[in-house]
Amino acid sequence: IKEEKQRLRKEKKQQKKNKEKKDEKASHESEKKKNKEEKPVSAAAPASQPPTQPSTQKAVPAPAPVPVPVSETPALADKPAKTKADLKAERRARQEAERASKQAATSKPKAPPNELQPVVKRLPEHVQVDNPGVLKKLAKKLERQQIPLRLDYGYKVSLFSHLHQYSRKAPLTQQLSIPSTVIHPAIVRLGLQYSQGIVAGSNARSVALLHAFKQVIRDYTTPPNEELSRDLVNKLKPYISFLSQCRPLSASMGNAIKYIKKEISNIPSQCKEEEAKRKLLSCIDCYIDEKIILAAKAIAKSSIEKISNGDVILVYGCSSLVNHILCEAFEKNIKFRVIVVDSRPRLEGREALRRLVQRGISCTYVLISAVSYILPEVSKVFLGAHALLANGYVMSRVGTSQIALVAKAFNVPVLVCCETYKFCERVQTDSFVSNELDDPDDLIVTRKGKTQLEHWQDVPSLGLLNLVYDVTPPDFVDLVITDLGMIPCTSVPVVLRVKNVDQ
Amino acid sequence: MPGPDKETDLTERIEAFLSDLKRGGSGTGPLRGSAETARETTALLRRITAQARWSSAGDLMEIIRKEGRRITAAQPSETTVGNMIRRVLKIVREEYARSRGSSEETDQQESLHKLLTSGGLSEENFRQHFATLKANVIEAINELLTELEGTTDNIAMQALEHIHSNEVIMTIGRSRTVEAFLKDAARKRKFHVIVAECAPFCQGHEMATSLSKAGIETTVIADAAIFAVMSRVNKVIIGTQTVLANGGLRAVNGTHTLALAAKHHSTPLIVCAPMFKLSPQVGRLSSLNSQFTICISGEILSKVNVHCPVFDYVPPELITLFISNIGGHAPSYIYRLMSELYHPEDHEL
Repeated sequence: IKEEKQRLRKEKKQQKKNKEKKDEKASHESEKKKNKEEKPVSAAAPASQPPTQPSTQKAVPAPAPVPVPVSETPALADKPAKTKADLKAERRARQEAERASKQAATSKPKAPPNELQPVVKRLPEHVQVDNPGVLKKLAKKLERQQIPLRLDYGYKVSLFSHLHQYSRKAPLTQQLSIPSTVIHPAIVRLGLQYSQGIVAGSNARSVALLHAFKQVIRDYTTPPNEELSRDLVNKLKPYISFLSQCRPLSASMGNAIKYIKKEISNIPSQCKEEEAKRKLLSCIDCYIDEKIILAAKAIAKSSIEKISNGDVILVYGCSSLVNHILCEAFEKNIKFRVIVVDSRPRLEGREALRRLVQRGISCTYVLISAVSYILPEVSKVFLGAHALLANGYVMSRVGTSQIALVAKAFNVPVLVCCETYKFCERVQTDSFVSNELDDPDDLIVTRKGKTQLEHWQDVPSLGLLNLVYDVTPPDFVDLVITDLGMIPCTSVPVVLRVKNVDQ
Repeated sequence: MPGPDKETDLTERIEAFLSDLKRGGSGTGPLRGSAETARETTALLRRITAQARWSSAGDLMEIIRKEGRRITAAQPSETTVGNMIRRVLKIVREEYARSRGSSEETDQQESLHKLLTSGGLSEENFRQHFATLKANVIEAINELLTELEGTTDNIAMQALEHIHSNEVIMTIGRSRTVEAFLKDAARKRKFHVIVAECAPFCQGHEMATSLSKAGIETTVIADAAIFAVMSRVNKVIIGTQTVLANGGLRAVNGTHTLALAAKHHSTPLIVCAPMFKLSPQVGRLSSLNSQFTICISGEILSKVNVHCPVFDYVPPELITLFISNIGGHAPSYIYRLMSELYHPEDHEL
């Protein structure tokens, strides 16, 4: 293993030299990815960004150390490596030529480098399930990291064949050996909580993740001849793969992981281990405090100005932030009542209802199909968000876009509350290309003693679709309340740019 | 003729029908489709015509109106009953007019000239006795019954004109008319159907199992995902409980959201509704709340209002086409069909 590490480190140094070229190549590759079947770029965790590129790319030229069943002779193992290297050289040459010709042809005004940084995006693995090459790469990567691969379950609707669909009854932890040597027990517990839905909701998941990472850092010891800044990041990689196998990572979790990795790699090498660990723990605490807790307070303060006496407020599902706002407003003795809209199969609204009723707020409860019945009474709609995309679309629990649509038809203002750490650089226009498919068995229900869909698997032309997220177009949303103030939906990329410049 | 026996037999049947309606509404009795209700109502009216004692058309109409008011009061949400009663009343008027010898056209058309000169049609008091009136009315009601029996097939026959291959069609809840429509098209074309389950009763599940057994590629989605998947849908085909006089609909809960989503994506919304669902009522109707509790724990249930409406109002601007047993119509044409089916004086029973 040591030799492997040394070899990999050498290759990493080599690649740092032509890092820029690789950036270009990777962006070209991600475009041509769907057509290529032989050489897909290694699947990166959805949160990986340029700083982590060199470490993921080192996986590409090293197929040999993978513990593949040894039916191949060593000669055969060498041959694919060589042809790969050849092809890579060819590609590099081709792309340099392309780049040269492009620069000659177009003379774009050179923008200052830190403003128009090309965000090199790799297409995340979890939206390429229909590409067998990508799946193979993922399987190899997981095998190397000693994490079991989770299998898809049930018949997938053809429109969504590019996404994973897992069953809740088959959690990944069943396939792990006990005790697991590769994965920290706190992470195993977290993964199980995610996949069973015990920890749900964007903020809750991020906070749980950060606490688990704190535990990992506390238990971490630097092996000899290693640097903490590099080794800890490598340690975290299999954990992140495991968690994304349990349940695809959310945008907020992705941002949190990016932050932690950056903090870890910024630790100076002469820093002692104890001090480094202390620093990291305080960084994480600071992140949680700033981005989640204080942000919630700031958002509540701004939102309370928008709630007046006699208001009838409609909320959907269970958003921790919106519940917090309503409780704060109630503390300030504003007289309002709340309508909680809920939807099958998750029925998260019951939790929100419980919390609000416990505070003493007068509530009404309806299902989402009754929204057009109840909307004439409503004066404002408050929605929570899972992520805000760079083109102004709001990604949130499925059903949010529907409520925004009906509210628009009745001319009721729609306000979205979202912390800035949930802003993400992706763009998306519909709910198909990137989504999460939940367990289809959740849709099965017994009514009047009959369970119609019980044997849906036996019927070949029947499929159940249980979407988790959907995107709301910005013209349905009137205002987004963030910790930086109240902005329109279209200002999200401005906020992202400001944040990038700050960092 | 044993008059009293017949009368008691008749009243018994009416009572049985009323109690069936009442129980059907509260969900405890046999759940029947609108077509069945329409047929039973018409059969009952035929029996009343045959067995009740009346001497002139006016008497018959009074009897029918009286019974009709009782029946509609038993289950106000079941509008097909009222519609059938109005149809039969119109039949009676027509037969009377024919027996009298005056042409139907001049009697029915309310021309401006006639309104001004004759002071309205209400001069007619239907007091004349015609021997053949009974037989004529019963024959006409039989024709009506045969028409009712063929409605679903007539609508299904038009399926191939509206569905092309490889389409994605969306529907909501369970409608026997739409089921027959889609199954008929599936015999010749391959397409994909997405069914919104329509909580809390989840009738969409039954629809999906039935369609998939016929070999149609079906997907069940939750109500919350209607807007999310709408961008891939080519047509929305729904059934309805009632078609209102302004071309709007009174349909199952969630249809308004579906219609708004279809409008946003410019997807055509097609309503398959037989003519007996056309009702002279207009605009928003008083809503009906069902007694369905959706598993909230007891302690907070007492502090919370729960609403569970059964029907939705869909305005006519959101509807593209009505397909009925007599062909396809735009929503703006519905008022004209109304005047052909019902007499204006019968709008209020």
